[in-house]
Amino acid sequence: MIKRIIEWNHMLLRRSESLESTLRSSDITAQDAFERYRKQRRYIIGGAAALTAGTLAYGRLSGIFLPSTTVHAQALPSTPGKYNTPENQTPIGKATHYNNFYEFGTDKSDPARNAHTLKTRPWTVQVTGMVKKPQTLDIDTILKHRPIESRVYRHRCVEAWSMVIPWDGYSLSEFINLCDPLPSAKFVQFVSLVDRKQMPDLPGGYDWPYSEGLRLDEAMNPLALLTFGCYGQVLPNQNGAPIRVVMPWKYGFKNAKSIVRVHFTDKQPHTTWNEINSQEYGFYSNVNPQVDHPRWTQARERRIDSSAFPRTIPTQMFNGYADQVASLYNGMNLKRYY
Amino acid sequence: MSKRAIVFLKFVVHLVCLAPFFWLIRFYTSGALELDPDPVAYITHFTGNWALWILFVSLAITPLRRLSPGISWLIRFRRLIGLYAFFYASLHLATYIFLFSGYDLPSVLSGVRAGHPGIIVDQWKLIWPTIWDDIHKRRFIQVGFLAWVILLALAATSPAFIMRSMGGRPWQRLHRLVYLAGAAAVIHYWWLVKTGVRTPWKVTAVLAVLLLARIAYTAFKSLGKPRSALQSTRS
Repeated sequence: MIKRIIEWNHMLLRRSESLESTLRSSDITAQDAFERYRKQRRYIIGGAAALTAGTLAYGRLSGIFLPSTTVHAQALPSTPGKYNTPENQTPIGKATHYNNFYEFGTDKSDPARNAHTLKTRPWTVQVTGMVKKPQTLDIDTILKHRPIESRVYRHRCVEAWSMVIPWDGYSLSEFINLCDPLPSAKFVQFVSLVDRKQMPDLPGGYDWPYSEGLRLDEAMNPLALLTFGCYGQVLPNQNGAPIRVVMPWKYGFKNAKSIVRVHFTDKQPHTTWNEINSQEYGFYSNVNPQVDHPRWTQARERRIDSSAFPRTIPTQMFNGYADQVASLYNGMNLKRYY
Repeated sequence: MSKRAIVFLKFVVHLVCLAPFFWLIRFYTSGALELDPDPVAYITHFTGNWALWILFVSLAITPLRRLSPGISWLIRFRRLIGLYAFFYASLHLATYIFLFSGYDLPSVLSGVRAGHPGIIVDQWKLIWPTIWDDIHKRRFIQVGFLAWVILLALAATSPAFIMRSMGGRPWQRLHRLVYLAGAAAVIHYWWLVKTGVRTPWKVTAVLAVLLLARIAYTAFKSLGKPRSALQSTRS
């Protein structure tokens, strides 16, 4: 009896190997493979009862039982910008399936699964506060305001993992000039969309909408990117479509996603994570290997690449952008203003 | 339960407890692990979760078998399952040391293959300050480490001859620490998630039920009985 079970398992394993090798040899794209793998994983995750025999079954059944979450990518033409890191880029499948976008669920795999309910057209962005003329801008007006350039940035999450992502957009400063803030404006606040209809998984316990903010001179730094796409495509919903900011020298949560309002003010705006836990998430949140998160070190980061055992590498001051941004913080105690 | 049936069931329990481990190996060898966005976090959560759930299964055996004398044979699986909880907890700890804390495993492996085994120690010296820092600075590491140390002590004292040499009562007292290990593991989980994330609620609820079952049973037993009788049944 036992011997038969073992033989049976061996047979199944051999067959699943051959199944996989045929899958691999065909000319599927990395994205396809990733989608397929995700479906397989969700099916099997229930675990032990399936024993090893499950290896064969899930590959075939999952495609039938699980809804497809494939994103139909739309190209976003751009020209290469000048701020590009030569490091290996994170595979697109990983950058689009590992997201902190709590409006669509708190697990990092949730947004890719849930964000298809987000409607990115029609979309407007309100410009309010200390500006010459408050206005409401259409997303396509903003998109066409300046030529789109691609920039390959390091992306450092406060959770101590990092990616290298090619973003597409233009300098935030160009957009701020369009908004025409008053000289008295010292800060800019970004407010993200909150809509229960489009976000059925909106978790309780947070003070929605998501809000982030920058000092105006930080926002005017040429590295600050108003972003509409990544990997040459229009932003997938889970990455903050249709419009977000990318601040490569700050922790990722500073990059507001799916922005509906840009507010200019002379007081430091309230920012979501800082309000939830100010000890763990400062207003500035510049990448700083010398200032630990209370629960882990920020001196190192796990670089998400294509390998099964990615390397842990040292974190650089200002995420390696000190030459461009350190002068913004001259004379500031960065341990105090973390 | 016949002896043969127990032997067969033990084999099945081994198989079931090892299934997640083999599944993880298979997940790696099939190339699926490298497609996961954060493989190290995946292995960490996988081993941590299985350590917890298997620990809970071992904790559930005592309350379950009290339901009916007909299933008292369940006790014969408790040590086995408890040891598997320790196995997964140790994998979890090894993941933290060798994959999470910056130990450069790929370089070590290629170094060893090239005939430089010293790299194993060199890498350890490199990461030890970080681990030491974690142990005395971060409470979620401390409480997780405490859970593992308790499980280590229980695993080390699990053979029958050690139990005999320790004596039943002290052994039992030591092994009640398993509840402390369970609680420490659950607290470890709560302390590492972000504010507002409630994923550990399930394990918390299960642990609470298991603890309550134990307390309720003790209270129930002591109700109708004189104190001396209770003490004699406890040893």
